[in-house]
Amino acid sequence: MSATQPTAATRRLEAHLHRRARWRWPEIIFWVAVLTTIVAIPSRAALINEILIAGLFALSLDLILGLTGIVSLGQAAFFGLGAYAAAILASKGFSDPTLGLLFGAAVAAVLGLATAPLLLRGGDLTRLMVTLGVSLMLGELANRNGWLTGGADGLNFSMGKVLGLFPIGFAGQRNAALYSFAVLFILFAFARRLAQSPFGLALAAIRENRLRAGALGIATSRRIVAIYTVSAAYAGAAGALLAETTQIVSLDLFDFHRSADVMLMLIIGGAGYLYGGIIGAAVFIVLRDVISAATPEYWEFWIGALLVALVLIGRERIHDFAVRAASSLAPKAAREDAA
Amino acid sequence: MSAPALEARGLMKQFGALLATDNVSFTIQAGARHALIGPNGAGKTTLINLLTGVVEPTEGQVLLQDRNVTALSSSQRVRLGLSRTFQINQLFPHLTPAESLGLAISERNGSGADFWRVAGTRPAIVAEIEELLTRFGLEGEMDQPTRKLPYGKQRLLEIALALATRPRVLLLDEPAAGVPEEERQDILAALSALPADVAILLIEHDMDLVFTFATRISVLVAGRLLTEGEPEEIAADERVRAVYLGEDAG
Amino acid sequence: MLTILFDGVAYGMLLFVLASGLSVTLGLMNFINLAHGAFAMVGGYVTALLMNRAGVPFLVTLPAAFLIPAILGVVLERTLYRRLYGASPLDQVLFTIGLVLMAMPIADFFLGDEPQQVNLPAWLSGSMTVHGVGISLYRLFIVAVCGVIAALLQIFLVRTRFGAQLRAAVDDTRVADGLGINVDRIFAVAFAVGSGLAGLGGALAADVVGGIDPSFPVKFLVTFLIVVTIGGANGILGALFGALLLGVLDVAGKYYIPSVGGFIIYAVMVVTLVLRPQGLFARGDGR
Repeated sequence: MSATQPTAATRRLEAHLHRRARWRWPEIIFWVAVLTTIVAIPSRAALINEILIAGLFALSLDLILGLTGIVSLGQAAFFGLGAYAAAILASKGFSDPTLGLLFGAAVAAVLGLATAPLLLRGGDLTRLMVTLGVSLMLGELANRNGWLTGGADGLNFSMGKVLGLFPIGFAGQRNAALYSFAVLFILFAFARRLAQSPFGLALAAIRENRLRAGALGIATSRRIVAIYTVSAAYAGAAGALLAETTQIVSLDLFDFHRSADVMLMLIIGGAGYLYGGIIGAAVFIVLRDVISAATPEYWEFWIGALLVALVLIGRERIHDFAVRAASSLAPKAAREDAA
Repeated sequence: MSAPALEARGLMKQFGALLATDNVSFTIQAGARHALIGPNGAGKTTLINLLTGVVEPTEGQVLLQDRNVTALSSSQRVRLGLSRTFQINQLFPHLTPAESLGLAISERNGSGADFWRVAGTRPAIVAEIEELLTRFGLEGEMDQPTRKLPYGKQRLLEIALALATRPRVLLLDEPAAGVPEEERQDILAALSALPADVAILLIEHDMDLVFTFATRISVLVAGRLLTEGEPEEIAADERVRAVYLGEDAG
Repeated sequence: MLTILFDGVAYGMLLFVLASGLSVTLGLMNFINLAHGAFAMVGGYVTALLMNRAGVPFLVTLPAAFLIPAILGVVLERTLYRRLYGASPLDQVLFTIGLVLMAMPIADFFLGDEPQQVNLPAWLSGSMTVHGVGISLYRLFIVAVCGVIAALLQIFLVRTRFGAQLRAAVDDTRVADGLGINVDRIFAVAFAVGSGLAGLGGALAADVVGGIDPSFPVKFLVTFLIVVTIGGANGILGALFGALLLGVLDVAGKYYIPSVGGFIIYAVMVVTLVLRPQGLFARGDGR
């Protein structure tokens, strides 16, 4: 290695490439704020828990839709599968939550790996229909195999304590929220790392221009299968969390509604930067609760209107606006984040 | 005599009733500066697609260093050293030039599947990115999203990306297409600065570029190779004039 | 068993009429309209309301069940839909989901969430026995009407000048435009007819599905999509085939193998897409 000092150009290049590596202060504030809210407002723990779980679910979609550009209307398949896997495991006597979590994620990952090849041919509409079809198939299977899934009645199961110390049942809603927070944070941190790695950059390239990605030697099919499997595991983990913290599983977890809702959450929060899922989930769920309290039947209308408005205004335009707004609030952080 | 860098043997491509490529055979040696010209609709892009594996031939073979790659996919051929640029820029709109080049380099040296390390922390990769940026005059725009670059710079990035894969054979599909007059010099300069050991097949309409750059020229008409030779021979060839050069006085 | 088959065919014909409009917008404009079911709902409501509140005879309501959604379709197409013709599939999906989410509460607000029933006239109720096979009169009516519609559509597309222009515009919009074909107007008319047919289908389906309620668009969205997926967006015959296949499989499946139910339908769709992802949505199913 030569002993010369790095030039200004080299330093600029390195700064640019590493710009997102460090956790920046807005991110740290975000996570501390969430944690503080759980601890400070235990009466809202159930709501926060729901938001965190939905946020993890939306994060799983962000990995394929926001990062890699794969549209899917079937994430509910993995969500429901993870939930039922954890619930069934618990109902058979294995009530350790961590075990259930890992099991749920693993089972969902297997389904993801098995169905990923279906996504590779055809265009966006084909992918939408195939993913939707798989989740509907799973829903039907769950419905018809009541001996395993409890059918329309659901399953009876109880959860042990997390790490043997923290009960997360009805009496332990704050613990449940903290448990979900811990899982979400760990998985988020890993996803953040992945997005900045060469692997993540390749996924972005596949999203931006799949043809050129292949022309640079990227094995696009293998990468897509890999991220789809990871995304399935994330969704499965979210489902397992839901089952474990609410001790309810139901067939509607596989519904088209769930897949559509999670997509809405991600779109509202913004796809592609990993925080959009959590933010969108919070906005969606809080809006739903607020509007439902006022006009119970019609909150769907306002969400629909929001969606129509978002699309008509243009998601790209909103993204650019948000970036400009953020840069006026935090100039240094935004300057580092050129794209 | 060593194996040719790239060889086409009896390539044919039929699209329904249309015979886009008709029994095309040629060889390109390492370090060659070879140009392919022909009127519009002659099938030049189809030929490139056949060579790179985007399209399957009806008949015939493609060989890289004597190795039959006809059954291999595009990305497999890239890893064996065959890269191309596109007539219409195929870039990554939201990624920056630095990121795009870094991506290509990582893929090439095997760290493309690394999901843990932050991209761009290996000094060797950073050095190579910088070298490519400088060579193509892109260091000023290195951290801008590609979609914000002027067209001429995008065209340069298009070539730089292909070069980042360190190909043995590089196919350039009309690199000067759509580039404004003032920026053509940059393209010419970039082409001259390409590594001497890379075999280059250039497809172009811009005759200045072709005659400045190429040491051998092939002429493609209606899917067939009309003739092949040195620039002076081609310029003097009556048939070529009639079909092509005669109409295009530039 | 033949009764089941016949019921399946009737259901399939109904699905064909309902989904044909979706097939046209998908095949013609490459536009994914998930709000298609809303037009069917409107048609169903038109018939139910005219009959129940204004005493209009069933048959007389049917033209209205076609026209009102058709007009609504044109209005929406001119004002909203056409802005998204070039948009990404994801944007189209989001937009039309948004529209459906808005349409359903509107229906709920004005008409409540109780299903509006369509009471068939006496001459259409009941069944008759032909060679020992029980055949519902209404199902027979459906098969007849939908069959006529299918035939008319086919003749229209193949024999008339407008039909030829439509097919040209489907094949290559730019070329058709260059030939002086008013592609804009064709889109509007196709959208209107598609929405109208959906409305008519909704009116006809009201009795079969137990009444029209605000959740109709979403309940049947997936079914419509499956018809279009299996049958393809390439023309009348394809959509008809897909609809009939789906109708028979669905009815027979639920009767003979209740433990599997809708699974068969979804599985057939997934398998079809895996085997022929391009062939089904021939034009520009992009990347």
